[in-house]
Amino acid sequence: MTDLSASPFVRQNLVAERAAPTKTTGFIGFLRTRLLNSPGNILLTILGLLLAWYIVVPAVRFLLVDAVWTGKDRTACLAEKAGHEVGACWPYIQAKLAQLIYGFYPEAQRWRVNLTYALGAALLLPLLMPRLPAKGLNSGLFFFAFPVVAFFLLHGGGISGFGVSWIAGLLQLFEQSIGGAGDLLVNLSRSSAIAPLLWVVGKVLVLVGVLIHWLIFPLTWLRDQLQASSLPVWGDFLVTAVIVSAVMFVLGGGVRTGRRALLGSLLTFAGIAVGIKLMGLDHGGFPIVDTRLWGGLLVTLVIAITGIVASMPIGIALALGRRSTIPLIRIFSIAFIEFWRGVPLITVLFFATYMLPLFVPGNFAVDGLLRALIGVAIFTGAYMAEVIRGGLAAVARGQAEAASALGLSWWKTTSLIVLPQALRYVIPGIVNSFISLFKDTSLVSIVALFDLLGSLRASFSDPVWTTPTTAFTGFAFAGMIYFVFCFGMSRYSLFVENRLNAHRRH
Amino acid sequence: MSTTPIVNISALNKWYGDFHVLRDIDLEVGKSERIVICGPSGSGKSTLIRCINALEEFQEGEIVVDGIELGPNLRRVDEVRREVGMVFQSFNLFPHLTVLENCTLAPIWVRNIPKKDAEATAMKFLERVKIPHQANKFPGQMSGGQQQRVAIARALTMNPKVMLFDEPTSALDPEMVKEVLDTMVDLAREGMTMLVVTHEMGFAREVANRVVFMDAGQIIESNTPQEFFANPQHARSKLFLSQILR
Repeated sequence: MTDLSASPFVRQNLVAERAAPTKTTGFIGFLRTRLLNSPGNILLTILGLLLAWYIVVPAVRFLLVDAVWTGKDRTACLAEKAGHEVGACWPYIQAKLAQLIYGFYPEAQRWRVNLTYALGAALLLPLLMPRLPAKGLNSGLFFFAFPVVAFFLLHGGGISGFGVSWIAGLLQLFEQSIGGAGDLLVNLSRSSAIAPLLWVVGKVLVLVGVLIHWLIFPLTWLRDQLQASSLPVWGDFLVTAVIVSAVMFVLGGGVRTGRRALLGSLLTFAGIAVGIKLMGLDHGGFPIVDTRLWGGLLVTLVIAITGIVASMPIGIALALGRRSTIPLIRIFSIAFIEFWRGVPLITVLFFATYMLPLFVPGNFAVDGLLRALIGVAIFTGAYMAEVIRGGLAAVARGQAEAASALGLSWWKTTSLIVLPQALRYVIPGIVNSFISLFKDTSLVSIVALFDLLGSLRASFSDPVWTTPTTAFTGFAFAGMIYFVFCFGMSRYSLFVENRLNAHRRH
Repeated sequence: MSTTPIVNISALNKWYGDFHVLRDIDLEVGKSERIVICGPSGSGKSTLIRCINALEEFQEGEIVVDGIELGPNLRRVDEVRREVGMVFQSFNLFPHLTVLENCTLAPIWVRNIPKKDAEATAMKFLERVKIPHQANKFPGQMSGGQQQRVAIARALTMNPKVMLFDEPTSALDPEMVKEVLDTMVDLAREGMTMLVVTHEMGFAREVANRVVFMDAGQIIESNTPQEFFANPQHARSKLFLSQILR
């Protein structure tokens, strides 16, 4: 062996770059290095091909080759009639498509559903494209205006007042319930051991009720005047717009800087006025379609979108609460999260639908769909909270310290520094929850709500279309619809992840 | 150097649970004074300067920064933090914001300065730390030394009266230590009041008015750098210097 250190070396000619040997790149390279590079891998490759063969071929045969494409009833999809083995029975889907999309929504009113879909898509798509401008206005419209418009479009009905009437009504309810509680206690005190105490507390409550009554008297008086006028909705609307705009103007900094706030407020009210006028809310709005008639994809989308939109703020609030240093908030958050995570969604839905009406007074009856919506939102919110908490824990402590050292308050530190980073870390987890929520919407069919899957199963019982392959066709179709939505969310989340993590690339 | 104290720490005591981290700390820092705090690790140097802008709470004593009293209840935290800038060992730049956004965040959200003005000011400070051309990069795309200089610029955009440096060069490659120290020397020349926790004794010799040596949560010795390095008085300081100045 030669002594290495004894032989100095200086390169004279630099080696030029050459292309890699074709054996290691391209398709042949892939075959050699990934699929056939060892006996074990050769075996796995063959097994994989066989598996693909046994899955893909029958699926294609069922869905396309042997499928029946036209027909008027079940006879078209019978083997005797078709003359060959029958796969998917697509005319059945064609016949039931309306039911799968709208449920029992009255046919004459289905344009309202279509309009809602179109509005939602028109607002959502630009929101999803990062290039397009005016994200603030767009998200405001989608998250605040759209739900209200969608409610009046889908459900129908109008309004009898506006801001003044609603607030007056709420305060009056509050006043009445306090006064009522007081009266109840005073009555109880006649037959109780701690009578004097009850009597005093009751009288105090009654007094508070009377006090509130006089405090809100100007408001209720205004409300009564407005309701007595010839145009109650528009009068109320005008008064509310003037009051709110004036408050915005003053809060925005008065004459000096308040113009922007004033302009924003006036434009918002102008938009609301246009909405009221277009939908005719001041004279009853559209005919009411009870939520029991809703069904199919409509219910699935309503539950999924409401759940997705509502679970984020719930999750963020609970996750921050669980990390709070204030014991009461922390304990409440932990208890809330653990309770909702520990209970199956089916139980939640069942309880909300069948048990809750037994406990609350009759005039508090909440719509069945709304109860399911609240149940799903809270349930998903609890899951979301734990995902987001993971993200919060992944943000280095120094980040919050640096922000505080610059003088940022806790709220600003959290919303500008900690949360944006935490949410980026957990995009995969968040989308995971969304996807699982989207599919869990099918559970509402056990509480007599007909979502996509529920409508599908209902359609199986139609004797006009009973064939051996009806159920398979239906489930294949529903599966495709679920897949399109879930896969879409998944791909979009990858896109967002890549975009937001631009700062981590070098 | 004027003698008006801008930071006045008196009878400061702090415990982590049962552990007495800071013991009877008294320290007066004059306007434009540059103090280097050194000592073995775990001696409470960082904890001390983190108390000054209330990143750490303390149980006894009082800190007055530019007339703003900060007692154990930390009631006037926000006011103090607006006057005190801080530079961390691990930079702590906000990775999801560009360099420019890092430097305009606090002026915009704390001082309500319009975005345009905040950006102009930020560019001025980025020029001072010699990285104006990197303003639109993300922190992750820069070297450690550049990041630390951005961190200094970020702190300066709030026009602090006092700057705290918590081992600003300890996480840097040897090559990059100098660029950060040069920035700090420039800052010192302009008359900034600085409290610097560091092991860079060359820096201490060059810019400090005073070296404070800490051990076991207390101030052991405080002297001019010339005196401290040439002639340490306490046995603990002698041992420390003999170990780091080999």
